Amino acid sequence: MARIDLVDLAHCYGGNDAAPESFALKPISMTWRQGGAYALLGPSGCGKTTLLNLISGIVTPSRGKILFDGVDITLLSTQKRNIAQVFQFPVIYDTMTVGQNLAFPLKNRGVAHGEIDARVAEIARLLDLTPYLERKATRLTPDAKQKISLGRGIVRSDVAAVLFDEPLTVIDPELKWELRSKLKALHRALDLTMIYVTHDQTEALTFADTVVVMHDGRVVQSGTPAELFDKPEHTFVGYFIGSPGMNIVPAHVQGREARIDGHVIALNRAYDRLPAGARIEVGVRPEFVSVAKPAPGLLSAAIERIDDLGRIRFARVRIGKVKFAARVPEGFSIPSQEAGLVFDPARVHVYADSRLVEGSA
Amino acid sequence: MSVTLEHITRAVDGIPTIRDVSLTLADGTLSVLLGPTLSGKTSIMRLLAGLDRPTTGRVLVNSKDVTGVDVRQRSVAMVYQQFINYPSLSVYENIASPLRVQGKSKDEVERRVQEAATLLKLEPYLNRTPLQLSGGQQQRTAIARALVKGADLVLLDEPLANLDYKLREELRAELPRIFEASGAIFVYATTEPSEALLLGGRTVCMWQGEVLQTGETSKVYRRPDTMRVAQVFSDPPLNIVAIEKKNGSVQYAGGVAAPASGLYADLADGAYRVGFRAHQLELANGKTDRHAFSAIVTVTEITGSESFVHLKRDDSNWVAVLHGVHEFSPGDLLDAVLDPNNVFVFDAADRLIAGPGAG
Repeated sequence: MARIDLVDLAHCYGGNDAAPESFALKPISMTWRQGGAYALLGPSGCGKTTLLNLISGIVTPSRGKILFDGVDITLLSTQKRNIAQVFQFPVIYDTMTVGQNLAFPLKNRGVAHGEIDARVAEIARLLDLTPYLERKATRLTPDAKQKISLGRGIVRSDVAAVLFDEPLTVIDPELKWELRSKLKALHRALDLTMIYVTHDQTEALTFADTVVVMHDGRVVQSGTPAELFDKPEHTFVGYFIGSPGMNIVPAHVQGREARIDGHVIALNRAYDRLPAGARIEVGVRPEFVSVAKPAPGLLSAAIERIDDLGRIRFARVRIGKVKFAARVPEGFSIPSQEAGLVFDPARVHVYADSRLVEGSA
Repeated sequence: MSVTLEHITRAVDGIPTIRDVSLTLADGTLSVLLGPTLSGKTSIMRLLAGLDRPTTGRVLVNSKDVTGVDVRQRSVAMVYQQFINYPSLSVYENIASPLRVQGKSKDEVERRVQEAATLLKLEPYLNRTPLQLSGGQQQRTAIARALVKGADLVLLDEPLANLDYKLREELRAELPRIFEASGAIFVYATTEPSEALLLGGRTVCMWQGEVLQTGETSKVYRRPDTMRVAQVFSDPPLNIVAIEKKNGSVQYAGGVAAPASGLYADLADGAYRVGFRAHQLELANGKTDRHAFSAIVTVTEITGSESFVHLKRDDSNWVAVLHGVHEFSPGDLLDAVLDPNNVFVFDAADRLIAGPGAG
């Protein structure tokens, strides 16, 4: 259990002298608190695995420091860092029983027998593995094996952090729900610092208290799921979080008005000092724009397709050449190929060169 | 063209993997094979392709028996979960390869590769090799090659499973348009209900080597024949509670009793099980015509747009989904509310006997 500080941490696989743009991880500084649940979220190549490997000690950073509870561990080996890891695919010993698998990390550390038994019993109970403790691991399904891997990851109470690298990849959708809520319950019960790496926004948002969104080697925003959803600080966060992602449309913004495709949308705040020469865009999530019958005063759009997700429907439309998604209100029948769009002004954000601009009241 | 599986069974080492499956697939249609891992989706695809022979039953193409015909003699293209391309060939040559095998003229190869590349947005990458591409681009190359072949039957076995979430979302949005433009018979295997819903077409719901239900995707979703179909086609998982109807009232397992209104009104007295998806469960809405339970929050998962509230009631675990951000603490006691007009009622054999919507 530890607080983790990343101090001006950066990495380039080509060495420290490489051009700054070629760094897989551009310099970052941040603090992860003891007992927190964090997710590193981003597409492949965004640097999240590099960052995870720096924390676990598999990779030594080109620059900067990593502190566990204030102690510099940048140059310590993986073993000496006292961390636990759970990987994409189950890593367990087929010849051992489920109980022996769970006990293994404790045995390795010379923990007393009584303590091992108590801890294994607790973890087995939390993961619903108690009935299987005496069973050999070899004949279990991939999901059951991954559950044991999770159990081994969290069985030690003295670790500085538990790192999860896309641990639910091999799990069927229905079991994902179960394991995700288990993991969350475990986090609450055990007071461990957990860091979870994934490209899957649902996994990141549902697991973590703080989601760190990465893009092109940088942290573009770090915040609670609600913050990332409600107020993306970067258009990439808007796009990457949410399904479908945020609509980002070029616009001309002045005062409390945005002009899109010649049509005026009201804004909740005033934007009087936008940086000169910047690319100005308006961002609004599909959830906060709804389609309606075409009417004067509404921005009109051509309907291309309706995505019916069962519990919600989204219309895929086009405003001029720009693709756009909007919610179809419940019970609303699509009148024609043409629709009017109704915006919630409180949910419309303004971006200059991809960065959020705070308007004034 | 049409392809028919007629009472197909297949056993491997005496263990049945496919149990009496009959299916007909017609030209220009998309069929989604929806089922969990090991439900038989890949086995069905291999039988359709002619890679495996059925133990009993027949495979017909245009009513002609092709059961024993080798895959090479059939007009089939396949795309797998793993991106399979020729690593040393350019993207252009990867796409062109089936046409080269068919001995097509240079002009025709050029024309068809360009067509496929345009459809799959690969024009900028034609001179690269697959390993210089992202996963999504590699898989698009494999799909382009399958399309360019001009096969009558195109099989896609969880083609997006190995892609990043966002790429999956983007490619999934493009696929229906691509399928429409091609006119072949498409079969698409997936474990994910949302993917089936987004692709549309027809859904073939599978479980343990059997076809449970076939029909228009949105109809199978809204009108599952059995509880198992509803379970396979629900994400979050289907919530279930047992009931007993007697003398005009409904007794829910675990104590709650309510008047047998809504869909319960016409049920004969007896025992049933009621299934409801996460969005069919409301939390404390104050409406008086609803059936309310006390449930304990175990976990709340928030995605920003939605909150998934995991609940425990007696021995059942339920999930409710709410729009927006709703923070509940573990241990909170909530009123979970059901609309008696918006549930699925299953009989003792788990067959649907009442549900929302027409029919």
